[in-house]
Amino acid sequence: MAETSSPTRTDARTADAPTRREAYEAGVRRRANRIALISTVSVVLAIVLLVPLAPGWEAVQRAFFNGRVFAATFVGLLDAFLLNVMIFAWSAPLIALTGLVIALCRDARAPALFPLRLFGIVYTDIFRGLPVVLVIYIIGFGIPGLGLPRPWNSPYIWGTLALVLVYSAYVAEVIRSGIDSIHQSQRSAAASLGLSDRDTMRFVVLPQAIRNVVPANMNLFIALQKDVALLSFIGPVEIFRQAGVYKSLYANFTPYVGAALIFLALTIPATRYADYLMNKQNRARS
Amino acid sequence: MKLLATTVMAFAVSATSVLAQGTCAAGKTLSEGQLTIATGNPAYYPWVMDDAPESGEGFEAAVAYAIADKMGFSADQVTWVRTSFDEAIQPGAKNFDFNMQQYSITPEREEMVDFSLPYYTAAMAVLTTQTVIDAGATATLDSLAGLKWGAVATTTAIPMLNDVIQPTSDPLLYNDNADVNAAIMAGQIDAALYDLPTALYLSAVVVEGGALLGQFPPTQSERPDQFGLLMEDGSALKDCVDAAISELTESGELAAIEAKWLAEATGVPVIE
Repeated sequence: MAETSSPTRTDARTADAPTRREAYEAGVRRRANRIALISTVSVVLAIVLLVPLAPGWEAVQRAFFNGRVFAATFVGLLDAFLLNVMIFAWSAPLIALTGLVIALCRDARAPALFPLRLFGIVYTDIFRGLPVVLVIYIIGFGIPGLGLPRPWNSPYIWGTLALVLVYSAYVAEVIRSGIDSIHQSQRSAAASLGLSDRDTMRFVVLPQAIRNVVPANMNLFIALQKDVALLSFIGPVEIFRQAGVYKSLYANFTPYVGAALIFLALTIPATRYADYLMNKQNRARS
Repeated sequence: MKLLATTVMAFAVSATSVLAQGTCAAGKTLSEGQLTIATGNPAYYPWVMDDAPESGEGFEAAVAYAIADKMGFSADQVTWVRTSFDEAIQPGAKNFDFNMQQYSITPEREEMVDFSLPYYTAAMAVLTTQTVIDAGATATLDSLAGLKWGAVATTTAIPMLNDVIQPTSDPLLYNDNADVNAAIMAGQIDAALYDLPTALYLSAVVVEGGALLGQFPPTQSERPDQFGLLMEDGSALKDCVDAAISELTESGELAAIEAKWLAEATGVPVIE
């Protein structure tokens, strides 16, 4: 062992060929990949072969994976999904903005601004604690019930407000954790350079804080994409409601599977992108 | 062999205490000597009074006991359970012998579950408020198309709304009656489409300032809304239930129950 190892190492250094260690590690990796492949294939095969053997499989297949119903409803679902995308598109910027404002409220340090701080605490406590559906009902039916004329009583306006209230509370907490992650020494350094408190926040703390919490906020926005469906409780016919209508007309759950596929087509790339951002950030830090 | 077993079982059942029970349903129900009937949660007036089907009060509760009687079950042999629409259509074992909550019979649904013969044919009615009528809404298709519509998402009112009324703006859809009423009272929708008995009840009792603008009688519709009992696909009980219902229909008992529990709707104008 000893007599062969030293010439190899010398060769590797000179000829840039893989060292014995590298060769060994490559072998381990290949073996791990092989095992992973075999195990994955056998699990998938087991599912594909065994599940259909269950006595109720045919009924489940007919109720959930019905090709005829899928074909009849998929286009209608895609149509309804446009509404989800629209609600998401106008809610997301509002949520980001409100979340930032609430986070800044909670971070107000001047004694005179204590009411703002208190407001921030109460706001996040309440809206993080309430079920989204309840907020949507109270605001979506309650406020228009006060007697607003059309179009100001539209479920789109008040449903959006409900989403903004709940999600901005989550976003505010995430941003606040980002602000807290910036070390006090940065503020001290900024103060010693003569920056005002506001400028310190604007030019020193926030740029770093926001960058730190982008991945966490991406997760929230993926969750929002799914919770947009809850607006259907107060009337809008988005994809989940449309699937429910089809389900009722066909007495079949396949439309929900179609809706799930459409959701996945959007959320999986979004999740991968969030992962990518997170990895990039980790690499930049290490 | 199977026939023999069934016969022996039927004989055993009828030979024991359950003498009153007809042979048709014997051995075909969920639990022996008991008929398990499902209804909604909650069950709505006037189909079931006070959400208590055990009382036999209300149209569907009364029909249920009449059918049970024809099938040879006494009132205390009837057990009630509650299901949602989704539970009723899920694949797999059901927890009821039949399910009764204003299920409209459609060919699409019939591919997944079994329906009995119809026990009621419903007119569709337009529920709105006096404010909307005062603002000029009339019982004509032109006027109706201009309204903002709502409906319960799990009902056959939706195809009717889209095919017959063809509203100019997209209807808003809700989970249940309570949500539709909230939307009417909040002024988010002008009108909602219900079966006539439900609409009569809602306009009189639930919706503040509620009014019926008009009705679509079943005779006008190509596919009238007929309610049937929902059973598991391929249910063995279907023939017994159908026999009981046709017996009730022919003897006029069904019409008598209908007259007793479902309000007279002649005052509601017909939409041509």
